[in-house]
Amino acid sequence: MSTVPLIFEKSTSGKRAITFPRCDVPEVALESLIPSELLRQKPAALPEVSEIEAVRHFTQLSRRNHGVDVDFYPLGSCTMKYNPKVNEEVCRMPGVGFAHPLQPAETAQGNLKMLHTMEQWLCEVTGMDRMTLQPAAGAHGELTGILLIKAYHESRADLARKKVIVPDSAHGTNPATAAMAGFEVVSVKSNADGSVDLAALREVVGADTAALMMTNPSTLGLFDPNVTEVAAIVHKAGGLVYYDGANMNAIMGYARPGDMGFDVVHLNLHKTFSTPHGGGGPGSGPVGVKKILEPFLPVPVVQMQGEQYVWDWNRPQSIGKVHGHYGNFGVVARAYAYCLAYGPELKEVSEYAVLNANYIMAKLRDYYDLAFDRFCMHECVLSAKTLRNEHGVKTLDIAKRLLDEGVHPPTIYFPLIVEEAIMIEPTETEDKATLDRFIDAMQRIAKEAKEDPERVKSAPHTTVVGRLDEALAARKPNLRYRGD
Amino acid sequence: MRYIPITQADKAAMLRDIGVSSTEELFAANIPADVRLTRPLQLPPAITEMEILSHVAELTKSNANLQDYACFLGGGAYDHYIPSAVDTFLRRGEFLTAYTPYQPEISQGVLQVIYEYQSMVCALTGMDLSNASMYDGASALAEAAGMVVAQTGRKKVVIAGSVHPNYRRVVKTYMHGIGVEVVEAPLDHCELDLNKLAGLITEEVAGFIVQQPNFLGHVEQVRAIEAMVHAKGGLYVVCADPISLALLEAPGNYGADIVVAEGQSLGNAPSFGGPYLGVMATREKFARRIPGRIVGATLDTRGQRAFVLTLQAREQHIRREKATSNICSNEALNALAATVYLTLVGKEGLREVANLCVQKAHYAAARIAKLPGYQMACKSAFFKEFTVNCPKPADEINKLLLGKKILGGIPSSVDYPHIPNAMTIAVTEKRTKGEIDALVAALGEVK
Amino acid sequence: MSGNVPANLRYTKEHEWIKVEGNVGIVGITDYAQHHLGDVVFVEVPAVGRVLKAHEQFGVVESVKTVSDIYCPVSGKVVEVNTELENAPETVNQSPYEGGWIIKVELANPAELDTLLDAAAYAKHIEEA
Repeated sequence: MSTVPLIFEKSTSGKRAITFPRCDVPEVALESLIPSELLRQKPAALPEVSEIEAVRHFTQLSRRNHGVDVDFYPLGSCTMKYNPKVNEEVCRMPGVGFAHPLQPAETAQGNLKMLHTMEQWLCEVTGMDRMTLQPAAGAHGELTGILLIKAYHESRADLARKKVIVPDSAHGTNPATAAMAGFEVVSVKSNADGSVDLAALREVVGADTAALMMTNPSTLGLFDPNVTEVAAIVHKAGGLVYYDGANMNAIMGYARPGDMGFDVVHLNLHKTFSTPHGGGGPGSGPVGVKKILEPFLPVPVVQMQGEQYVWDWNRPQSIGKVHGHYGNFGVVARAYAYCLAYGPELKEVSEYAVLNANYIMAKLRDYYDLAFDRFCMHECVLSAKTLRNEHGVKTLDIAKRLLDEGVHPPTIYFPLIVEEAIMIEPTETEDKATLDRFIDAMQRIAKEAKEDPERVKSAPHTTVVGRLDEALAARKPNLRYRGD
Repeated sequence: MRYIPITQADKAAMLRDIGVSSTEELFAANIPADVRLTRPLQLPPAITEMEILSHVAELTKSNANLQDYACFLGGGAYDHYIPSAVDTFLRRGEFLTAYTPYQPEISQGVLQVIYEYQSMVCALTGMDLSNASMYDGASALAEAAGMVVAQTGRKKVVIAGSVHPNYRRVVKTYMHGIGVEVVEAPLDHCELDLNKLAGLITEEVAGFIVQQPNFLGHVEQVRAIEAMVHAKGGLYVVCADPISLALLEAPGNYGADIVVAEGQSLGNAPSFGGPYLGVMATREKFARRIPGRIVGATLDTRGQRAFVLTLQAREQHIRREKATSNICSNEALNALAATVYLTLVGKEGLREVANLCVQKAHYAAARIAKLPGYQMACKSAFFKEFTVNCPKPADEINKLLLGKKILGGIPSSVDYPHIPNAMTIAVTEKRTKGEIDALVAALGEVK
Repeated sequence: MSGNVPANLRYTKEHEWIKVEGNVGIVGITDYAQHHLGDVVFVEVPAVGRVLKAHEQFGVVESVKTVSDIYCPVSGKVVEVNTELENAPETVNQSPYEGGWIIKVELANPAELDTLLDAAAYAKHIEEA
């Protein structure tokens, strides 16, 4: 199966998959209802296929794709853990999947209660006081969190605070988010272990500091031992501290960002809480806050009024809304089911996530460089620096060679502060045989890099397509089917 | 230990290889004692799969839902028919459990679906390129506002008051972040007041946003508005209903610069407000300004056509604080649903769905307008939603309708107080004549 | 890799070069820069007529995996931009000092040229990088 034609290329004029019942009300000419200048002149060029052709098309496409359900997917900081199938049943229950957002709150009490309960559970896990479930993704949560911080400073007429400090080990969304909220980004040096350089931090904090954004463990998979000091330094300067919860899978039940001094936290339900990535989304990025930021939360907020759950829109200091409705409720429902499945045993999730990552690190330390020689948390960062310098084999080549093993490569070239970085996050849901198979493949590729580097550099060999010409894609963008 | 397949024997062997006697050592090596949580998490004890299902069923069974109730609610979320085959693909593990297609060699499935999705969006909207989707219509609209500001350098955006109230809130929240003023253009009854609009569109305005059909269901004079906006050098953003685009003119054909839509109508369950689908499409000249991911076609080393994420240099992971947006994900699974939906209904089927909505909505409106105490709030044209004045506040009427297993329309006087006792009613292809007649009868009983 | 560093040009630390012809400076990016960027896919150029200050960012060079801001070595008014790059951005890779020129500026203050690096100084700068 070399290529699968586009669905448009399979279309035949006049074919249809789905038909609808005849119109059961008297029909009137469209032109008598809507001015003709507002009507479409030519029908939209959509596909025309039968149902079996449609089903085969998408089935064939799915078979050209890797997923957690297929095999190992150790992307660092993405937490590609198993997505429980019972969660798929839960989000499809009639009261969940087929509830309308605008139906009166009295008719959706089960859903409001679910939101209220999730808020409490996530606050318990993170050590925060209140949580909004409205952001639809991690980056969306970041924007919400930074806007909350902005609103806080504005409410105190503290308008000189125009800067957000971001460690140079941070994910790209952090500075992009700060810019979207109108802040200037100041980069602060990380130490070799990814922790914040305290001396460098003291140099850059001041009366113009709105916030510091960081993730802990850092993007090197290591816990910042000075985290409470970092928070204290920023607080002393009058700024607030933001926690990027992408790496929460490392610490559930062991530590809580609220206890480390963070004022705002975002979580990624599609990472830590097992909701499926879906090929790129939908996710959910709840944001937790300490009491001082509660007045600014997006509307509406779920509150209890006696025995009833209600939507509270009466919040004059709210930043407004970041989503059309209440967020990705269908994703929250999946995470709710996940929390029901674990309860306080979420701690074991983190325990085994950390065990698995350290096991991989222990088995590969003699084959690759370590970014930092210390027990890691839920992910380990290796480097192909020596392999590149001595044999010309880069991290990119190793990643492509892994594809031949049926394994999705780890995250590559991130964090930026590690040369030829390979960031591996196995998660807790992998069995030992899978971990050993990955370790074996990585060891063999490292050997091959020394003995037959060309084989690695010309990979992949067995995938449905070879390496792609990304320069061509960007120079001559072909972004849609244009017909004949 | 639900989804953790490591046995105690495995664990012991692994700890030996790592060189520690317990996992506690790994945590102690990282987390300082003074930030350790020293008590168990206070969460309800773990329950089994069977118990999870009965727990959630019990929790949500008292909710009204669109399977048990005839739904006349719209406002961006509609009870459209979702063909069975759509869910087949939302459950396929290769689509459901895949990550963002950063390694194209093993992600050709997702990449090709998104390319086909982008193509269909362009076909519907009449635009040159579409991104791979955004969180929802409201946030996509806010990102479009950000785009017009970045493109023109102007610091003011005007938005029609007839745009969905929640969407307007989201636009304001985002624009506050970058210090851009948002001005609302007032209505004349159910549509924009074009005379007042003319005064608001100046050379300081980066762009104007209109919704077609608008929140109250009525159609706006989109061609006349285009002339006004472009005359002052601003950009024209149209927020369209995707089903309506089967019959209403594509915004690309009347001068839109950016088209945004809420794609929930295309094969996505109402799901209490999310996950939804933010559709965004634009002209070729803005290709490097559009936020979000984009999939492009190219060739591989064997000369075969293949698909890859492209124009990534605009995105956060490369451009960081100069990125077009901070957006990192899309709603890939929802875009898949839309792509499968549009393939199943096809060119003719979408027109049929749209026509059924129009016919049924007009039948309902005509019958309701004849009831004593009810009248159409406006005489202007509408598509699948319309607004009526009722003899009592709409939320009171809705309470009575609930008893008859009917979800009544939106009480739109809340956001449009100049229309008294207003109810905005949506009628989709799923509403039978019987259900519509039952609604009319129930409304007629209101004293 | 130090790449080609023509002797008759002036350079900035940010890897732009400038060639002076009369009162006009022709500006582009160096061989070292294009090599590190990889395949150039897009060059964003300013409008003709735009007035730039020395070291002001005037455009962007985009490759598949990265994006680089480009800064004007001198103050002046943009009198011409290389429209060929729209269809053939790879010219920047293939011919960074000739066909791959990006803008031409009318010099506002020729004395600024003396503050730029000469070929030897630039070659040293990239050796040390």
